[in-house]
Amino acid sequence: MIRDAITGLYHLLRAMGVTLRYFFTRPVTVQYPDERVQLYPRFRGRHELRKYEEGPNIGLERCIGCALCAAYCPTQCIYVQAAENKDGVKRSPGERYAEIYEINLLRCMFCGYCEEACPTGAIVLKREFALADYSRQSLIFTQDRLLQPTDPHAVTLDDQK
Amino acid sequence: MSWVVDFWIPLVKAVVVVLVLLASGAYATWAERKICARFQVRYGPNRAGRFGLLQPLADAVKAIFKEEIVPSHVDRALYVIAPGISFAAVLITFAVIPFGPEVELFGQKVGLWIGDVSVSLLYLLAIAGLAAYGVVLGGWSSNNKYSLLGALRAAAQMISYELPMGLALLGVVLINGSVSLRQIVDSQGSWPLAVLQPIGFLVFLVAILAEGNRSPFDLPETENELISGFMTEYGGMKFALYYVAEYTAMVVNAAITATIFLGGWKWPAVLSDLHPLVGVALFLAKVGLMVFVFIWIRASLPRVRYDKFMRFCWKFMVPLSLLNLAATAVVLAVMA
Repeated sequence: MIRDAITGLYHLLRAMGVTLRYFFTRPVTVQYPDERVQLYPRFRGRHELRKYEEGPNIGLERCIGCALCAAYCPTQCIYVQAAENKDGVKRSPGERYAEIYEINLLRCMFCGYCEEACPTGAIVLKREFALADYSRQSLIFTQDRLLQPTDPHAVTLDDQK
Repeated sequence: MSWVVDFWIPLVKAVVVVLVLLASGAYATWAERKICARFQVRYGPNRAGRFGLLQPLADAVKAIFKEEIVPSHVDRALYVIAPGISFAAVLITFAVIPFGPEVELFGQKVGLWIGDVSVSLLYLLAIAGLAAYGVVLGGWSSNNKYSLLGALRAAAQMISYELPMGLALLGVVLINGSVSLRQIVDSQGSWPLAVLQPIGFLVFLVAILAEGNRSPFDLPETENELISGFMTEYGGMKFALYYVAEYTAMVVNAAITATIFLGGWKWPAVLSDLHPLVGVALFLAKVGLMVFVFIWIRASLPRVRYDKFMRFCWKFMVPLSLLNLAATAVVLAVMA
């Protein structure tokens, strides 16, 4: 029993030594709004609908309104309504374009399947993650908002890493 | 003229000490959050003021502006009084602790203690017993099963730690031949009693952790099985009172440990003889060290199971402190 007490005391002191070592290490906290955070390379944030930035179709929307993303979406948070490209109005290089394209970010689980399903690479998940808002309505992102480039308030220290 | 001095000097000392204690209690919460955070490799509060130094103030403002809710089935009078009992018991404990030598102030001899009681060690034990009433009555009057269990534990725990604590202190009393804290401090000029009474010191340390409801013996308020134990039904300022009482108790317990076992303001006498203020600084440094140790223990050790703690107290600490007492007595008799 006395030996138990002494070994017990020894192990207690050793445990306290371990914690004391941590006391003198630098905190790992990232002071988020003041400091930038390091995101992982394949981090998935808010969606962005892309346009062609070069080539013959420059300036046109990549989305052709095929709604494969909506079909593939596990939470069914994407709504696509397609319309024909006609009468000289051409919003996409294909026959059709997305007339209405909405993503309900309250439902979205950021799995990135839409990105996988898209045949033209129109929808991509970017790195913006500070998405809090005051109303549910404003979190249903409409096409015009999705077309705007994402604005990461706090981005990675090294985005390409 | 002399009655003016007799009246005003103790009053001013008491007011100053109470204010300092209140502030130290508030900042003990800050210290605990900050130090615990560093043990967990994070920063802790750092938004309110520099290093989060205004955090206690912000907490106090929040607690004051909270609605005072008295649940409908409580014993109203006791429910309201109980936090006050806890708090008052903590404050009056400090009354007998000497925090410095006698100094000359404005031509008057002023002792840096509030009350020079010849039986101050007994007084400490008595008040420690009284402090348990705040917890027990608070838990009982809340009319809630968790609170009642917390109160029950506090009562049972108190009986089991007070005994080894008293026995550990008896070793100190044997060495000094006195139960006056002033005398105990004065005798520690060359060696602190922790060196002469290592086993007594360890037993006392465990007991004082239990007395302050500090982890790993914070069994009356174990949040995993009893929510917050006796504090479950308390909110707003009444909760804040319990909370501040608990943290002030931590500081006071650190002061008691520093006084009895670490030589108070006296040890090392080479330094404290230089100037009275050095003595006060030594005392404060020791209190700070003990507070740090308390927080360190909390950050390191998991909570003891209730029955294990009882068994530990009765079957290990009591025999150990008895043996320590007997050994001290024999050594003293041989030396004399």
